[in-house]
Amino acid sequence: MDIFAQQLVNGLVLGSVYALVALGYTLVYGIMELINFAHGEITMMGAMIALAVIGALFGVAPDLPGVVIVATGLLVAIPACMLLGFTIERVAYRPLRHAPRLAPLITAIGLSIVLQNVAMLIWGKQYIAFPTTLLPQGRHEVLGASITDVQIVILILTVAIMAGLVTLINRTRLGRAMRATAQAPSVAQLMGVNVNAVISATFVIGSGLAAVAGVMVSANYGQAHYYMGFLLGLKAFSAAVLGGIGNLAGAMLGGILLGVIEALGAGYIGDLTGGFLGSNYQDIFAFMVLILVLTLKPSGLLGSKSVERA
Amino acid sequence: MKSPLLTISLAVALGLGLTACGDKKEGAADGGNGTVKIGQSSPLTGPQAHIGKDNDNGARMAIDEINASKPVIGGKPVTFEIMSEDDQADPKTATIVAQRLVDEGVVGVIGHLNSGATIPTSKVYSDNDIPQISPSATAIKYTAQGFKTAYRVMTNDAQQGKVLGAYAAKLGKKVAIIDDQTAYGQGLAEEVGKAVQAAGAEVVATEHTNDKASDFTAILTSIKGKTPDVVFFGGMDPQGAPMVKQMHQLGMNVQFLGGDGIQTPKFIELAGADADGVIASMPGLPLDKMPKGPDFQKKFEAKYGQIQLYAPYAYDAAYVMVDAMKRADSTAPAKYLPELANTNYEGVTGKISFDAKGDLTSGPITLYKAQGGKWETLETVQPQ
Amino acid sequence: MNVLEAMKGKAWLSATLLLAGLILLPFVVEPALGKSWMRIIDFALLYIMLALGLNIVVGYAGLLDLGYVAFYAVGAYCWALLSSPQFDLHLPFWIILPAGAMLAAGFGVLLGTPTLRLRGDYLAIVTLGFGEIIRIFLNNLNAPVNITNGPQGITLIDPITVGGFSLGKTQDVLGMSISSPHMYYYVFLLCVALVVFVSLRLENSRIGRAWVAIREDEMAAAAAGINTRNIKLLAFAMGATFGGLSGGLFASFQGFVSPESFNLMESIMILCMIVLGGMGNIPGVILGAILLTVIPEALRYTGELQRAMFGQVYVDPADLRMLLFGIALVLMMLFRPTGLLPSKQRKQEFAEERK
Repeated sequence: MDIFAQQLVNGLVLGSVYALVALGYTLVYGIMELINFAHGEITMMGAMIALAVIGALFGVAPDLPGVVIVATGLLVAIPACMLLGFTIERVAYRPLRHAPRLAPLITAIGLSIVLQNVAMLIWGKQYIAFPTTLLPQGRHEVLGASITDVQIVILILTVAIMAGLVTLINRTRLGRAMRATAQAPSVAQLMGVNVNAVISATFVIGSGLAAVAGVMVSANYGQAHYYMGFLLGLKAFSAAVLGGIGNLAGAMLGGILLGVIEALGAGYIGDLTGGFLGSNYQDIFAFMVLILVLTLKPSGLLGSKSVERA
Repeated sequence: MKSPLLTISLAVALGLGLTACGDKKEGAADGGNGTVKIGQSSPLTGPQAHIGKDNDNGARMAIDEINASKPVIGGKPVTFEIMSEDDQADPKTATIVAQRLVDEGVVGVIGHLNSGATIPTSKVYSDNDIPQISPSATAIKYTAQGFKTAYRVMTNDAQQGKVLGAYAAKLGKKVAIIDDQTAYGQGLAEEVGKAVQAAGAEVVATEHTNDKASDFTAILTSIKGKTPDVVFFGGMDPQGAPMVKQMHQLGMNVQFLGGDGIQTPKFIELAGADADGVIASMPGLPLDKMPKGPDFQKKFEAKYGQIQLYAPYAYDAAYVMVDAMKRADSTAPAKYLPELANTNYEGVTGKISFDAKGDLTSGPITLYKAQGGKWETLETVQPQ
Repeated sequence: MNVLEAMKGKAWLSATLLLAGLILLPFVVEPALGKSWMRIIDFALLYIMLALGLNIVVGYAGLLDLGYVAFYAVGAYCWALLSSPQFDLHLPFWIILPAGAMLAAGFGVLLGTPTLRLRGDYLAIVTLGFGEIIRIFLNNLNAPVNITNGPQGITLIDPITVGGFSLGKTQDVLGMSISSPHMYYYVFLLCVALVVFVSLRLENSRIGRAWVAIREDEMAAAAAGINTRNIKLLAFAMGATFGGLSGGLFASFQGFVSPESFNLMESIMILCMIVLGGMGNIPGVILGAILLTVIPEALRYTGELQRAMFGQVYVDPADLRMLLFGIALVLMMLFRPTGLLPSKQRKQEFAEERK
């Protein structure tokens, strides 16, 4: 088997997960220049809610096909997270739209602490198992690398969602309104765009994506935990910044790049440095690359140059 | 605010006011009514709360039983009382808690759970001459600091690592080692690595992850390229379970081996069918092999439910402490501390006696294999 | 807010009273509440230093730093390595304490240099990454050459010792037996006084005004002839110095350091202290640090209270603690975004913005 091909697949899967979450960050940032730090936690909530539904449904009707049970969980989690995202924006971000920039960032940190602890109170401190037997367990060999059914679904879904978002932004009325709001909210308002509604819609879409990502992550790794959103959110946010925050293709590129760098880094650093550095420095790569890219190109890989963010 | 000084005084006053809210009665070491306090400390909140509570329950059950037996020490009837404090598995909080236990006049402490909390507190207890028995700290450093008050009823990383390493070498000649970069995981993995080499096998890869990770495909792929016969993981169940899953996803059908961190019911629940065949160790004898074991298990489960991890060790620790007091015929720390060194006690986890440092002299270690959703006993190894 | 102004007239009286109160405080606290509360007060003082240090970077210069704990770690490890059996070095405190602070300042510049062009959110994520990188390095420098002992941490760190007089154990002074936390209290108090003094002087200096100018509008500040690069680096270095100082004190007080004490949550907590208290305002920051250190310890008793009232604990006090923190942060930003004791200037700005 080919180790390099396998590491590439590992990186692509990990990167797709990052990209899925990063899309949500970048969507919100692109419209209102706000880091929704709680986005990782919405992902976690999506996973937890879906798992609760899956567990309950499995208990009531164990004879249903596994895919149906998981799909039901996902279909409950998506609107639940959308509602959560909508509420968060209304309660915690909207009143601060004209406050100094630090203020919404700190509410976002506060919110993410609140969501974590609420999840911990509801679902406990232990890891929760995802009943992986519900999903097909197939394993395929592609070019010497092995990949599972769930991982294939993740890859396809990420690309599909990305394509859907691009179409939404570029081809629909809502998309046009979103672009207008991103450029100049006050002008957009004058042109008859309901800015508040557009921002709410953005949050709702982003949170729906987070729910999908949450379910995918827990299905792939077989478990969920109240703390899972934090690190995931951090990595995804790094990915979004790396690609140029506010740019959909950038989030995708940043996510995949980060995943591949991490996988190749962890896989080869030991051999490259003769054992001097090991995979214990895996997490450093992400941050090193981030710092490097931002130092050389402060707006990210695909970010527009004109952005002046104070 | 007119004056910053005024404001600061206000702030201090407020802080003091809050401090006063926390006011508590002061306990004398040996109250007039013969009540003697024994401290217990473990994380009662946070991610490890369930394991911390388990320690608490173990110690409580022992003390309840001892009290029911109406002990007489120094010619007086004595009632023991457990004072339990939450150290949040945080080194800083742990020292505050340790100081509090000392303030409250405990004559000994059962704790702490984590090595990271046990090591800094051992200095506080040593400074105040309070004997401490940890039911679960495995770091070698804990007893290597030269404190006369530090004991443990758990084998240390070197003892367990030796057994695991020798066993890994028996399973195959090429061993890959992964650790989670925590004090526990890294300490154990290092000792396993040494023992593997001592047993004539080869460590073909040493990889690392962290205690919050869930994706191990990169390091596993790298390990796969080195075709090991055994993969050892030093870490806990939330990482061990997805790791063994991902190993199978990558088509690696090699033996997965772990320490006591993955020898839990949770590991089997999280790993599901992938858990089958995994081997993990646990210090001590299997409960059903001990004379008092099944009885303990029955009583404990009736009172507190399933044993999580270290409750039997906390139970033994409490008995060992009181045993030393009985032999010294005193509950005064200075009096019974020398007797603690001479302990020779038949506990539910095995025979307990200490070496000069405060470590167990003989720590049997049992290996278990996950089969059909349960941990089945494989064999018990007596370290040389 | 002028020191001289404040010291006129009656202020002297209140200053003397405050000083006397602070010196006598341990004599009241220790017998009444026990040494554990003495330790809590000591930690509160440490956090005051940390919060005041971060306040320079975030409060004055407006640079959001989410990796501040890295400097705390640098100071702590500097002390731990130079005064413990790890390398069998036992240098005196008057060398390593400044050395740790200077080293931290160096790291501050190291962090500041590549991030000069970054603003706001980008800066936040890069500083966060920097904090993690430092922690990961400390956690991993046990192989191939063992420097930090990795996750096992460093034990048996020397306490502050002056000419054979060790602050690490109870000592008899003038016939009174004085405990180790009690003696450290005075050392910490002295350091806090120093940090407050430096902060006050900086706030009212040219540099302080330059920081505020950068915070408000960097381009305008540059146009007004401020060397924004140096002034920003100075903010990072100054903040880091205080972090390094408290780190060294922490290591000697605790006798043990390990990487787990320097995680991201710690950085966020210090940030919460200054936000809650009042960013940019020294008394506010001090209040925030005291509150956030003391409240969790006081909340410990809610567990006992619940047990006493309902016979069992329904909500874990520590869970409640984090939840309350989160809610407090959100509410604070929504209803009192300038903190409990806002600085006069920021209050004005807000009033203007709200018009």
